[in-house]
Amino acid sequence: MPRPQYVAAIDQGTTSSRCMVFDQDGRIVSVAQREHRQIFPRPGWVEHDAAEIWEAVQGVVADAVTGSGIDFAQLVALGITNQRETTVLWDRHTGRPVANAIVWQDTRTDALVRSLSEHEELFRERAGLPLATYFAGPKIRWLLDETPGLRERAERGDVLFGTVDSWLIWRLTGRHVTDVTNASRTMLMNLRTLSWDDELLAALGVPRAMLPEIRPSAEVYGTADGGVPVAAALGDQQAALFGQTCFGPGETKSTYGSGSFLLMNTGTEPVASKHGLLTTVGYQIGEAPATYALEGSIAVTGSLVQWLRDNLGLISSAAEIETLAGTVEDNGGCYFVPAFSGLFAPHWRSDARGVIAGLTGFVTKGHIARAVLEATAWQTREVVDAMNADAGLALTSLRADGGMTANNLLMQILADVLAVPVVRPMVSETTCLGAAYAAGLATGYWPDTDSLRANWHKAAEWRPKIGQDVRDSEYRNWRKAIERSLDWSTP
Amino acid sequence: MGETIQSVERAAGILRLLASGPRELGVAELARAMGLPKGTLHGILRTLVHVGFVEQDAATGRYRLGGTLLHLGSSYLDVNELRTRSLNWADALAGRSRESVWIGTAHEGGVLVVHHVFRPDDSMQVLQVGTLLPAHATALGKVLLAYDPYGDAGAAFDAPSGTTPQATATATRGDEPAAEGLPAFTPRTITGADDLAKELELVRGRGWACDVEELVEGEVSIAAPIRDGRGVTVGAIGVRGAVERLADDGEPHITIVSYVRDAARAITRDLSR
Repeated sequence: MPRPQYVAAIDQGTTSSRCMVFDQDGRIVSVAQREHRQIFPRPGWVEHDAAEIWEAVQGVVADAVTGSGIDFAQLVALGITNQRETTVLWDRHTGRPVANAIVWQDTRTDALVRSLSEHEELFRERAGLPLATYFAGPKIRWLLDETPGLRERAERGDVLFGTVDSWLIWRLTGRHVTDVTNASRTMLMNLRTLSWDDELLAALGVPRAMLPEIRPSAEVYGTADGGVPVAAALGDQQAALFGQTCFGPGETKSTYGSGSFLLMNTGTEPVASKHGLLTTVGYQIGEAPATYALEGSIAVTGSLVQWLRDNLGLISSAAEIETLAGTVEDNGGCYFVPAFSGLFAPHWRSDARGVIAGLTGFVTKGHIARAVLEATAWQTREVVDAMNADAGLALTSLRADGGMTANNLLMQILADVLAVPVVRPMVSETTCLGAAYAAGLATGYWPDTDSLRANWHKAAEWRPKIGQDVRDSEYRNWRKAIERSLDWSTP
Repeated sequence: MGETIQSVERAAGILRLLASGPRELGVAELARAMGLPKGTLHGILRTLVHVGFVEQDAATGRYRLGGTLLHLGSSYLDVNELRTRSLNWADALAGRSRESVWIGTAHEGGVLVVHHVFRPDDSMQVLQVGTLLPAHATALGKVLLAYDPYGDAGAAFDAPSGTTPQATATATRGDEPAAEGLPAFTPRTITGADDLAKELELVRGRGWACDVEELVEGEVSIAAPIRDGRGVTVGAIGVRGAVERLADDGEPHITIVSYVRDAARAITRDLSR
């Protein structure tokens, strides 16, 4: 009898690296995880040591494979998903990073990004991205400007750039490539041609010689030691979209962590947002046309629950928010806008700050807890409304994943507020699963996306329970609370 | 209201006084506050110290609340915390067994469903979180009764079985209470106190429970205990499904039992971290 075969996925995240091994039904066979250091050299700066990350990744792959009692010969493919936008520069000859990686959260490029404002329309139109400190292009520019001699070495092609996918593939296979989804977060790639754009490169002052080759998300990039094909790379949110099998236009996933990320599949044409979302590549399978997505991010969702725990001490664990919110029937007229560092999609108001509106003597901590959960739901609603308007599609159900899906009350409130069913999938590790799926498709482990859809199962479903009149009046109140949060901070 | 026990009331009074401020209290102060002779208090205090509810300062001889008592108050595990910690294991169990997964805690003599994972076959299913199931007719309930830290299996007899705190009742109320007092849902429901005691003994002996068509005809449930770091049973996890898939000749399939026990052990390990 032939030995069973498996697919492994590396999830290189912001705080840790994980490796998961999956079987043909998409079930988790084993998991390993290692954390790495967060380096904070100055306020607003966040760095990682790329060499340390590479060691952690090798460690978790070995742990996940040997820990499950299988050997490398049983692995038919290895996929990669990664923290997006984090920027690594390394020496082509020594293989060593030339500086610490600049992490997506790092805001050191703030002034640099503001100085690019004359090109705002160019970036929006070609790259689909607003000017913001997250993206990789300005981080490359910063390193080239601040490190003596680096620009010359980069122009000669002696110093290479990569997002984390690229760094790992280079270490694993020796090839300098990146996938379209990661490339779409650099501000350097033309969304339509899926290639580096000379005008964007010129605007940012980044030499072409240091850039990786852009490849599809699913194809065999090369083989790692032990002969395992490295066969997929996807940014983490795109991997979650893929793991949730959102393969049709209009299909949408939302990942609930500290912040939340919604991605809607918009098909094979990029949709320019008029409502404050960004346009990104969802995935590209082999030589097939790329699938695009609209993305809306919400800065504060799960972290508001943590704030309630750590800063107010109203609960002792995040899960208790549901218990506290369950002590009351409704929000008691109170609304919580967590605009701690301004409002993101779709408002983009940096002058906003958090407010709790509608307070009366009647309001208890239970009402506040409820308002905290509703804040996540209403913020989701605003992004969904923007997506529907941009894409000309109507959301018919929301596929939710991430840690907050354990909160049944939140899931019910989401369904009530969105007026569509909210579904939690059986495998909540959709990020890893998405990378495994893409790698398995590239190597024929799974024949097509239909076979992946067959693996997707509902673990739970919440249906809307409130009437349209209640929904409408609550939404009006939420918008009034949003109004109250504006024009607070003066720069 | 029936008769109360005076010494228990006095013990409660001492605990309240000790809890009322940060200061330790001496026997004389306690006696004055309660209007009782010191000799009476000595006996009660000695007993409270013995069970760990009160501690005596070795240097001053004064009294304060004991660590055991503080621990009692915090031993309660939030059901939403339990769900959060169980989520991945419950999904894995549903994936392996290909059946719906249920987690329950003891609530008013019944079983409160705190987590429910759909059977992975994409059939129409409705989330049953918040439903109250009868303890004596379900595997979850038998586990909770068998490992009740207060040994309060008799609670099943007082339970408002089949009622639900949050609507969505699936468990049908028994037609007629049997002579012994436990409602029957099918001809196979255990209704006698002795029979139930024997069944719970069996559950304790093998570490898991099953119900074979005892709540719903044609359905079987299998469950095992979830324990916290101190070994106290805080919940039960199990699967429920069609008798054709889960049992042969009234005996549940041992592979499914092992999946359920694996999941229960994994959550128990997680909770003791």
